[in-house]
Amino acid sequence: MTVTEHVSLVPYEDALATYDPVMGLEVHVELGTRTKMFCGCSTELGADPNSQTCPTCLGMPGALPVVNAIGVESAVKIGLALNCEIAEWCRFARKNYFYPDMPKNFQTSQYDEPIAFNGYLDVQLDDGEIFRVEIERAHMEEDTGKSLHVGGATGRIQGASHSLLDYNRAGIPLIEIVTKPIEGAGARAPEVAKAYVAELRELIKALDVSEARMEQGQMRCDVNLSLRPHGRTKFGTRSETKNVNSLRSVERAARYEIQRHAAVLNSGGTIIQETRHFHEEDGSTTSGRVKEEAEDYRYFPEPDLVPIAPARAWVEELRGGLPELPRLRRKRLREEWGVSEHDMQSMLNAGAVDLITATIEAGAPADQARKWWMGELARSANETSTDLAALPITPAQVARVAELVTAGDLNDKLARQVLEGVLAGEGDPDTVVEKRGLKVVSDEGALGTAVDEAIAANPAIADKIRAGKVAAAGALVGAVMKATRGQADAARVRDLILERLGAQG
Amino acid sequence: MPGITREEVAHLARLARLELKSEELDHFAGQLDDIIGAVARVAEVADQDVPPTSHPLPLTNVMRADEVRPSLTPEQALSGAPAQEQQRFKVPQILGED
Ligand SMILES: [Zn+2]
Repeated sequence: MTVTEHVSLVPYEDALATYDPVMGLEVHVELGTRTKMFCGCSTELGADPNSQTCPTCLGMPGALPVVNAIGVESAVKIGLALNCEIAEWCRFARKNYFYPDMPKNFQTSQYDEPIAFNGYLDVQLDDGEIFRVEIERAHMEEDTGKSLHVGGATGRIQGASHSLLDYNRAGIPLIEIVTKPIEGAGARAPEVAKAYVAELRELIKALDVSEARMEQGQMRCDVNLSLRPHGRTKFGTRSETKNVNSLRSVERAARYEIQRHAAVLNSGGTIIQETRHFHEEDGSTTSGRVKEEAEDYRYFPEPDLVPIAPARAWVEELRGGLPELPRLRRKRLREEWGVSEHDMQSMLNAGAVDLITATIEAGAPADQARKWWMGELARSANETSTDLAALPITPAQVARVAELVTAGDLNDKLARQVLEGVLAGEGDPDTVVEKRGLKVVSDEGALGTAVDEAIAANPAIADKIRAGKVAAAGALVGAVMKATRGQADAARVRDLILERLGAQG
Repeated sequence: MPGITREEVAHLARLARLELKSEELDHFAGQLDDIIGAVARVAEVADQDVPPTSHPLPLTNVMRADEVRPSLTPEQALSGAPAQEQQRFKVPQILGED
């Protein structure tokens, strides 16, 4: 199979004029437990190959699995947050397949008895509309090992002479969340897909069951899509685009498949049920494995594990402890902070909502907390390609900078230099102010002298201001700021200039 | 009791990526049939009031705390592997994917 397929695409609007898309989304979430689902091996990332394995996760004969209690608790929490029913009694099942990424020759999963089922998640689209995505089920299973294909081109399985397996990841708890068919979204189907995965990610983070970092594979999405002509109720044949691992990619993959399916159907062709691979570079998908035979995993109940029967009282206790839903929390914060839906969306995308909240809790006014995190700090994170949360600065330090600005000890320009100093490891904001000598010139005498000098040096501008052209004051403010090397409060300087020239601000 | 057909054995062999000769299909079909027939006698003994069960003990919720236990060393983990490379299990070319 080559990477490039010669497919024609139907323009998006034309595809939608003829067909309704139907989607199914399957999301795998790697839980943030300390240990694997069925053994006590560590789940820490970045360890040496095969240094976190044991007889159980290596599938040695006679080794017996024991369920991780936090794995089950996390599954119930996710189920409850997705408005699901929680099974009174359910079992694990063996999903049998022959592929070396599971040394046992099966994956321990759940089949017809998922721990959570029949739920929904309300997601908010860009224009504020709420779209309800119905949840089919959420079940517990385990991750597979990592394969390295050697001898072929660019690590691909095709043409490889052999493969190398690291089983550190094999057995890490996964929750698979499956939607019911998503119908009625029309042209907004790709947007719904993206909004759903984004909302789910926020929910998982709010529940504190996983960091849900898509770029690290902690959350992975499969996009199933089919088209049917307007007015029909029967679903068309679907394609399954695997491992689409960013929000933007989820949207692009759905859009591409709508256009590709329409092209195939319009030309009288038939869609084959197959898995497809998504390509980040150009947003296309290419054919993977054709499912010529129905999936045949020969599921049967796992005889080495006893059933899980979550006690009703425990389930209710967990329900009582659920955090505020992210969508409702954002709505509340938006009102408290007085920001637009669009601004909130940018903060969400930048991963800044929690940091801004913490900065406000540490005493900063909302507008300043938002300004620094979304301005100077976001820029710095961008330049160094790091997450905002990973910057070497704490919300408390940002709050201290905001406090100095509010008190008039720093202006915005100096505040930026202080943040820069903290990021450079020069110490706390106060230490940076001290070391770099960054203090607003608040000495009225010195400031007055600078203002007088600026007026004397620019008589023409001064005359304009005297004549009522207040806007011209900017030039004089600039001159004073330059003279004080930026260490003056610009608003105070402007007041002084207008006062001296008898103009009204 | 329906017998195991050679088509079923061929299907299983395909799933397992095993290449079986024609006479092997017949051979294994017969053997599998005998094994399943032997186990099926349990169903004859079980009465109507005995529900199907996947576990002999009437237990639920056997769980462990989320506490890290020592793993094997990579050397121990790999000690039974027929081949290894870069501290990983080395397996022959994987067929039938993509
Ligand atoms: Zn293990």
